[in-house]
Amino acid sequence: MALPSPLDADAPTWPEIRQGVRDLCARLPGSYWRDKDRERAYPKEFVDALTEAGYLACLIPEAYGGSGLPLSAAAAILEEVHKSGGNGAACHAQMYTMGTLLRHGSEDQRRAYLPGIARGELRLQAFGVSEPDAGSDTLSIKTTAVRDGDDYVIQGQKIWTSRAEHSDLMLLLARTTPKDRVEKRSRGLSVFLIDLRQHIGRGVEIQPIRTMINHATTQVFLDDLRVPVSALVGEPDRGFAYILDGMNAERVLIAAECIGDGRWFVDQARRYASDRTVFDSPIGAKQGVQFPIARAYAQVEAADLMVQQAAQRFERGQPCGKTANMAKLLASEAAWQAGDTCLQTFGGYGFAEDYDVERKFRETRLYQVAPVSTNLILAYLGEHVLGMPRST
Amino acid sequence: MKILCPVKRVLDPYVKVRVKQDNSDVDLANAKMAMNPFCEIAVEQAIRLKEQGHASEVVLVAVGPQQSQETLRTGLAMGADRGILVKAEPAPEPLGVAKILKAICDKESPDLVFAGKQAVDGDNNQTGQMLSALLGWAQGTFVSKVEVHDDHFLVTREIDGGLEQLKIGRPAVLTADLRLCEPRYASLPNIMKAKKKPIDNYTPEDLGVEVGHRLTLQKVEEPPARQAGIKVDSVGELVDKLHDEAKVI
Repeated sequence: MALPSPLDADAPTWPEIRQGVRDLCARLPGSYWRDKDRERAYPKEFVDALTEAGYLACLIPEAYGGSGLPLSAAAAILEEVHKSGGNGAACHAQMYTMGTLLRHGSEDQRRAYLPGIARGELRLQAFGVSEPDAGSDTLSIKTTAVRDGDDYVIQGQKIWTSRAEHSDLMLLLARTTPKDRVEKRSRGLSVFLIDLRQHIGRGVEIQPIRTMINHATTQVFLDDLRVPVSALVGEPDRGFAYILDGMNAERVLIAAECIGDGRWFVDQARRYASDRTVFDSPIGAKQGVQFPIARAYAQVEAADLMVQQAAQRFERGQPCGKTANMAKLLASEAAWQAGDTCLQTFGGYGFAEDYDVERKFRETRLYQVAPVSTNLILAYLGEHVLGMPRST
Repeated sequence: MKILCPVKRVLDPYVKVRVKQDNSDVDLANAKMAMNPFCEIAVEQAIRLKEQGHASEVVLVAVGPQQSQETLRTGLAMGADRGILVKAEPAPEPLGVAKILKAICDKESPDLVFAGKQAVDGDNNQTGQMLSALLGWAQGTFVSKVEVHDDHFLVTREIDGGLEQLKIGRPAVLTADLRLCEPRYASLPNIMKAKKKPIDNYTPEDLGVEVGHRLTLQKVEEPPARQAGIKVDSVGELVDKLHDEAKVI
């Protein structure tokens, strides 16, 4: 096992797993990610390597063919991917989307799908929640699923459904009881497991959306999509509660990716600042350059403490909404600060594609917006944690 | 068939080597260490032979400091079955390592010892050959291809000017060259399994081996920094300088 570099955590979790991921990622250099970025292509070789090595099945219980590891192991894997200069967004959801199925699906559903997901033969890495008129305001989604005999008929439209083109299965949130007929505000939504292999062109149409980063996101159109009742996950009308508990895991993992980005930026910046000589001395000797890098380092380290704590609370089954949200907030901002500092340190060279800084800079910007935007985290903290008036 | 793979912990070949300030040795403090790449290739080949049904067990042996256990775990995570750590600090010279490996072979009775052709730290390229002599076994060094037959190995060796094929009786000592195979990266389930695989611990004394050092390291120096070149204005000046200053013509 390698001794930690200054950019590793002082006591890294899962050191053997981290080393394994580092070895795997070392075979996919910056040029690999640059080419994929330029072509807006899916990083299939990376996803295949991670799948074959079993990393994407780390959270699936051993009984269903996974490694049955806790969330902190998944966080360590994704952090290392990002720290290596890569990006986990092409497949990170294959790790955790199955959580909804695992926790709320029937034993038949678990047996039918989880082993295939663990082997990577089945990809469940898309979750249709957001709609053009309802993103964070999830209870206002307009997609409906109406019971018709032994089927449900689904109508609606989803947007920002990442990786739908690279998924065999998709979880879908749809309203099964109209908003004005539910007992409780949070009821009336249901989760469905859609087999895209059967339904593409027969009720499901997927349109990719080009974005400022290489992220395979899409719009999904659902037109008279007919699925059997067995596609329902858990009980009808309880879907909102089901997706909420998956979100904390997602936030912790995305935060871990931000920590990886932050460490990559700090490492790149400190190396460049130490080597690049201007006016007869390395620019890193100048405090105007050195201090922002040191500050970015401190901020990343601080955010990592919150990420570790959130992962630990999740693993222990303790309430972790507060820490998971704060971890995502702090880590995404620390990564962004580190990215900005790195770009400034590199100067013009930072804008040249060959250094990967501009790519990582664009990529890490996403995490202040998705999977939940910074303002909504602040609203949650203000209202639900600090007890201030309802945030509007 | 049982395969024994010696594995050495060396400075990660991808990090820059630093020399200690007093020039007494290479500075390994806080340096990133890794399995010697040629050992890794040999371990990969051994595991492939097991997967192909030619071998029943792959046993790793590390000779060195306590941290060599991490090198063993790396190999166990690739798929080897168990490890043996012979704790010896400072690491013995090639002959000492070969004697230790001989003692382990006496205990384990492997059918094949598959080693790296050399370790990238000292570049000695001696241990495999010495072990073969001590055991009185056939040897095949710099192996780039291996076939297993009932009573022999058919190996291809990279030699000056071409490839040589040898039919080697069993048991044997083989050493892996760079092009033998590409090592795999460990899978997550195997990384987790490796933590539970057994590692036996010995000292050279346990094995009755004397590993005294016969060589003394005098001095280690950085290569001299390259000097800037000069530009000449004409072929005549170049010839003059080569003749008068460089004295090469």
